[in-house]
Amino acid sequence: MLNIKTFEERLDRQAPALFIMPAVLIVLSFSIFPLIVSLFVALSRLKFVKGGIEAKYIGFLNFKKLLFGSQQYHFLGKFDQLTAIGYVIMSVFVILILVWFYRYFRSNNFSLVGTFGRLVVATGLFFLLMLTLINLTTPKGLPGTLVVTLVYVVLGVVLQYMIGLGLAMLCVQKIKGRNFFRIVFFVPMMITPVGIAYLFRMLTDMTKGPFAPIVMLLGMEETSWAVIPWGARIAVMIGDAWQWIPFMFIILLAGLESLSIEQKEAAIIDGAGSWQIFRDITWPTLLPVSVTIVLIRLIEAFKIIDLPNVMTNGGPGIATESLSLHAYFNWRTMDLSGSAAVGYLLMVVAVFVCLSFVSLVKNQVEIAQQ
Amino acid sequence: MSQLNFKLITSIVLAMGTLLFTLPAVHAKKYDGVTVNIITMEAPQIKGPMVKRAPDFKKLTGATINIIGVPFADIYPKMEADFATGTNSVDGAVFAPQWMVDFIEPGYLEDLTSKVKADSAIEWDDIGYFFRSFSSTYGGKIYTIPLDGDFHMIYYRTDLLDAAGISPPTTWEEYIYIASRFHGQDMNGDGTPDYGSCISKKRNAQAYWMILSVAGGFIQAKGTGEGMFFDTKTMKPLVNNEAFSRALDIYKETTKYAPPDEINLDVGDTRGLWTAGRCALTLDWGDIGTLAIEKGSKVKGKTGAAILPGSRKVLDRSSGKLVSCDRARCPYAINGVNHAPFAAYGGWSGAINTAASAKVKDAAYDFFSYMAQPKQSNVDVTIGITGMNPYRISQFETLSNWTNAGFSKASAENYLGAIKASLNSPNMILDLRVPKNQRYQQVVLDTEVHRFLSGEISKEEAMQRIEEGWEEITEEMGREEQLNAYRKTLGY
Repeated sequence: MLNIKTFEERLDRQAPALFIMPAVLIVLSFSIFPLIVSLFVALSRLKFVKGGIEAKYIGFLNFKKLLFGSQQYHFLGKFDQLTAIGYVIMSVFVILILVWFYRYFRSNNFSLVGTFGRLVVATGLFFLLMLTLINLTTPKGLPGTLVVTLVYVVLGVVLQYMIGLGLAMLCVQKIKGRNFFRIVFFVPMMITPVGIAYLFRMLTDMTKGPFAPIVMLLGMEETSWAVIPWGARIAVMIGDAWQWIPFMFIILLAGLESLSIEQKEAAIIDGAGSWQIFRDITWPTLLPVSVTIVLIRLIEAFKIIDLPNVMTNGGPGIATESLSLHAYFNWRTMDLSGSAAVGYLLMVVAVFVCLSFVSLVKNQVEIAQQ
Repeated sequence: MSQLNFKLITSIVLAMGTLLFTLPAVHAKKYDGVTVNIITMEAPQIKGPMVKRAPDFKKLTGATINIIGVPFADIYPKMEADFATGTNSVDGAVFAPQWMVDFIEPGYLEDLTSKVKADSAIEWDDIGYFFRSFSSTYGGKIYTIPLDGDFHMIYYRTDLLDAAGISPPTTWEEYIYIASRFHGQDMNGDGTPDYGSCISKKRNAQAYWMILSVAGGFIQAKGTGEGMFFDTKTMKPLVNNEAFSRALDIYKETTKYAPPDEINLDVGDTRGLWTAGRCALTLDWGDIGTLAIEKGSKVKGKTGAAILPGSRKVLDRSSGKLVSCDRARCPYAINGVNHAPFAAYGGWSGAINTAASAKVKDAAYDFFSYMAQPKQSNVDVTIGITGMNPYRISQFETLSNWTNAGFSKASAENYLGAIKASLNSPNMILDLRVPKNQRYQQVVLDTEVHRFLSGEISKEEAMQRIEEGWEEITEEMGREEQLNAYRKTLGY
């Protein structure tokens, strides 16, 4: 005989899952389905034929081409022997990693899973740093789109964070015209990225742009930033920073404004200097919000495409080509599977870097929150 | 009486009613309510004259012509994706005829042979043979209507060369010498130093034809059938040898006497510099000649045109070395110089999507025919901003079209003479027309040449990478198939 009460209780227990299920399924279909399809595309060779697309499974050939084959120079760049500076940097990195592990082993949080995770992070970062060094610090090395993207991400985000924090600290002061500056600093974020790219393309035009007279006055009319790889990369990073500093600024400003005045006043009465106040009060309070905005920016920065596409077309050569632009150029030339392979590698690198960042700063945030 | 009035009034009302109903029928046009979507490059050139003439065409036929502009590098992929996926959002395209093979083989392009034959207004036989054959015909059938004629030529400042007593360059070495001689001089009187040479070298634009124009004279010497891209027996690329190496050296050297950001300049930029009087030499299609006479130009009457410079040494295909020209090696040499004028691109041409409805196809054809008819075309080719260059026999022979447009008789003769010399050369280079030619040129060649120019890679690396990249495409597409296609385009 059916026990109605038990049945109702079971139904009640399942109800939340049942109600949530449709929403979960919809979200999954929109996020997981494209991932599966794009993986299939990355593992195939696609050809447009009359009436549709012909797909032929080719395994990991597209990835092999990028990592070891004819497109290696494009994705991973050109390698050379590590120089003395490279060895020094790598040694410092290894020491820091060892210290990180030592601290972890001595802590109470030690676990096998945690150790494995840290090993993955350390190995991945080791390879990324090694690749960056053999691309950038060696005489014959040249960065591919992976290292160019890492440069945009790491240097760009650090620069944006530091300037954003500096502006926020200025605007939190009770100075005249504070609100005006707040609005002015926020304006770039409201402009479309393509608009910003065109704006910077015009600003950096050394023959017809607004700085052309200054360039001529300095007798530098025979040079152009656009033909020097680092000149072009820096120009792209300046444009990107101009666009994203407001994001850092507005959130850090909100964080600074939420700081307790009493705590600061107590510290001043106790004789603390401004650096001590920043280090012991401001910084720990800002750390959680800082980690969040840096993480958001890291994810966003990996997708940079508008600025290098419009400003430099990825050039000179492929000097300013990001991974997203690499994937876009492949797609534009109908190499859809090659484009999907670049997209997948971009996703793997972005996820790895973001997770590594979180795992590296997690303890600091927990300490700060205590 | 009143009955008579009633009858009269009724008759008038009926007559007026009939008139009102029949008037629209009398004025109904052939394509009323028909809209034709045509994809082409987003620029004042090519798209501009079509947009300008579309309202006139609508007045005549009732058809609405909607021109969709996209960046140059996006035309091919957008056409392919649109046709292959069955989206068919475009009914026609004005594009590079060298790409037509990729669209004809899968059946995306309409065979226009019968339409052309039935169309006397287009005056098909007046279109130059090269444009009727190479730019329009594939496998004996007509698939595109030429709207433009394309050849690369060099342009020089007649005032500067005359004053210095120098002849226009006939070899690339002379080109370099003239560029170096005038570089840094103020050529337009604005007090600022100007440039010896301005050549568009931007990546992902239309610059990859420029290096081929430089290399042509070193690689092809025995006539059009020899071809400059691949060995006609093995399909091995002709890009890793002393001839291509010399062309890369020259190409890079021209940047020394050029605007500092030349490697990022598109053709629009170099044309602007030319008409502003800032360059002594340039390499371009026929557009420079007509842009030079436009309002605001500082080089009107000072622009000379000449066939592409050549070389006294050419490629020995068996050894890969450069060897001196002799009668056997360079049968078409002029004063010992082997010239190989390059029909780069072939000229913008219109084609129709097979998936469009019959009425839309007819309207699209009539529009392309209207654009190509002498009444329109003879005017368009004399206006620089249209991007359309002469391609009809009568356009080369009727000087009055050009003098009416603002050319002096001598300038017109010089300009048309340079095009005619290129068009009639037995050693003219045909652009690549094998399947996936866009990948060979617009992807591999363009990227590696730009990397070389920017100093990222050496000349040897650039040649090796182009060779490897081309070989990869050939292997992917099938060597035998590609070889057969290549040989066919050369007339084997």
